[in-house]
Amino acid sequence: MESSTRRSFYSAAIAGLGGLMTAALAAPAAAYLLIRPKSQKQSDFVPAADLSQLTVGKPEEVVFRRTRVDGWRVLNEKSTAWVLRKDDQKVIAYAPQCTHLGCAYHWDEKENNFLCPCHTSTFSIDGKVLSGPAPRPLDRFVTKIDQGKILIGTEIQRA
Amino acid sequence: MKMLRGVIDWLEERTGIESGIKHFLYEDVPASAGWHQVLGSVAMFAFLTQVFTGILLALNYAPTPGEAYNSLRYIVTELTAGQLIRGLHHWGASLMIIVVVLHLMQVLIWGAYKKPREATWMVGCFLLLITLAFGLTGYLLPWDNRAYWGTVVTTQIAALPPVAGPYVLRLLGSDGGSIGAITFARFYAAHVLLLPPLTMLLIAIHVFLVRRHGVTPIPQDADLPKKKFYPEQVFKDTVATFIWFAVLVTMAVAVRVPLGHVADPTDTSYIPRPEWYFLFLFQMLKAFQGPLEIVGAVILPTLAILALFLAPFIDRGTALRVRERTGAIALVVFAIIGWSALTARAIATTPPSTEDPDAGLALVEAWQELPADQLAAIGAFRKDNCGNCHVIGKSGPGPDLTRAASQRPTDWLIQHFKQPAPGIATQLKNPELRGLVSFVTKRTDAGVKAWPSAPQAAVEGAMVYQASQCTACHKLNGVGMETGPPLNGVADHRNREWLEGHFADPQKFSPGSTMPAYKLSSHDLDRLTGYIMQIPK
Repeated sequence: MESSTRRSFYSAAIAGLGGLMTAALAAPAAAYLLIRPKSQKQSDFVPAADLSQLTVGKPEEVVFRRTRVDGWRVLNEKSTAWVLRKDDQKVIAYAPQCTHLGCAYHWDEKENNFLCPCHTSTFSIDGKVLSGPAPRPLDRFVTKIDQGKILIGTEIQRA
Repeated sequence: MKMLRGVIDWLEERTGIESGIKHFLYEDVPASAGWHQVLGSVAMFAFLTQVFTGILLALNYAPTPGEAYNSLRYIVTELTAGQLIRGLHHWGASLMIIVVVLHLMQVLIWGAYKKPREATWMVGCFLLLITLAFGLTGYLLPWDNRAYWGTVVTTQIAALPPVAGPYVLRLLGSDGGSIGAITFARFYAAHVLLLPPLTMLLIAIHVFLVRRHGVTPIPQDADLPKKKFYPEQVFKDTVATFIWFAVLVTMAVAVRVPLGHVADPTDTSYIPRPEWYFLFLFQMLKAFQGPLEIVGAVILPTLAILALFLAPFIDRGTALRVRERTGAIALVVFAIIGWSALTARAIATTPPSTEDPDAGLALVEAWQELPADQLAAIGAFRKDNCGNCHVIGKSGPGPDLTRAASQRPTDWLIQHFKQPAPGIATQLKNPELRGLVSFVTKRTDAGVKAWPSAPQAAVEGAMVYQASQCTACHKLNGVGMETGPPLNGVADHRNREWLEGHFADPQKFSPGSTMPAYKLSSHDLDRLTGYIMQIPK
């Protein structure tokens, strides 16, 4: 039988080397899965509508095309926003998903509020929650107005 | 500590896991066991590493032709540690083959295949073949030129056996010899669905059989007391595994795994080569030509594999000391020499590739940033075989034009391009002549880089682009008018069908367009569309 110091050296070396190899595989794996892809983080404004098309105080569903990076693919796809013209120089563009579970909501002309058909959350014209399970007001796209055109950015802000 | 003991006791009582592990670790091994028996454990760890890195790659990989290449490019250029993970998987495969073959040689030299261990040996032989099958199927998955053309050769060899050949080909999804979506699906499914569980099953049987018969003793062991597997032998296995792993990580960090251009079935210039461990077979095939080809491609390899499987029945002698096993040692030495000679010869006779092996690793390649007239000039240069005299990167009969811009006057150049040597006339048209003059006198860095490396399909596309005078209305890479929309990044919002339809009938696709219709041959249409779609934003 070997001496006990020798045995404990063997055991410690096995655990040490094994741990080292496990860590050397786990660390890059975690970085690979958890760190965001390098590029594709630039924000981008695309023209969505003319300011003159919108009536002050009446939200409109605006459809526009934007380029979106999806993994290794670059997609040019349809995108929508509920755009509210506040006055001559100010618009709000609501992101089209309900803040509860992401269903598409719409403007209810009769009730004068936004209604989500999934769990009947309702939002005021300013995006505030009026009723239902929605946890926070409607999210907004960043917007710019340039020479009478409404530009919608990629970034979404929580109200 | 006490709580941990409690948990272990609870588990032990219900599952027997602790006594199971102890039973596994405190196995008796002969007194002679030692460093020469670590290779099986290393091979098993190598396999587990491949499983781990393979799963990581699969989490970001789209297994269809075309998409496969793009997603792999995404992994190695966009993701943190993506290059490293691919490196671990790629070099891990090569190092696994080395370990498995060393393991086989050790067993062969020590005569560990002898009665009663014949079944262990044969299962091991199956595992060797599966390891090679992993290499063969994984080779296609990057879907670059190397992968594509290497697999073309493989499937053609598989088609050689009489009678069975066409069926084997059909099984590989390569009916008629072409490689496409079905071949890709078959190779991918084999690589990730079929082979891994089969390997696990065979490893389990292999290890079970090793345990059943025990580690092979040598004749002197009869008089010595046995040792336990844990901790001494486990320690040696772990150290060997660690050395293997350190080599793997070093290679994955230091040696970049190539990714060439996306697979191009129409590329006639690519020189296919198999992975290094198959080069000897590739070289051997050169010695068997015509009707003898089947001998080198099918009969000899089959006989060799058969002989390997039947080794325990061919060598029935009683166990000997290692030093007395001269026959086995001679066989191994002979195999190593033969393999090395064939591999060295194959490497020596491989002409240097004109393809940039790392083309796919750059985010944008040089040719994609080149104005169309310059790329078309490269096409004119290639079309009229100017490279026969003006060898790129070397001085040949004519000067190497990539080294310095030509100082000759325009008239001289035009005359030279029309008639490069007495009695030789070229087919170049006037615009091509002017493009070539401008290219060789005002060459740019991107032009020099793209000269040898631009894919032929794109070059042909640029020639169609120039001949159709697209520049008169469209801007591309900074050159051309802006009457029509600029074409950089057009693939971001138009697909191939749209573009092809649009060339034939512009008004149908964009009402009000002033663009004339182009009647292009289907080849030219394909090249032009492919070219324009690859020009980035």
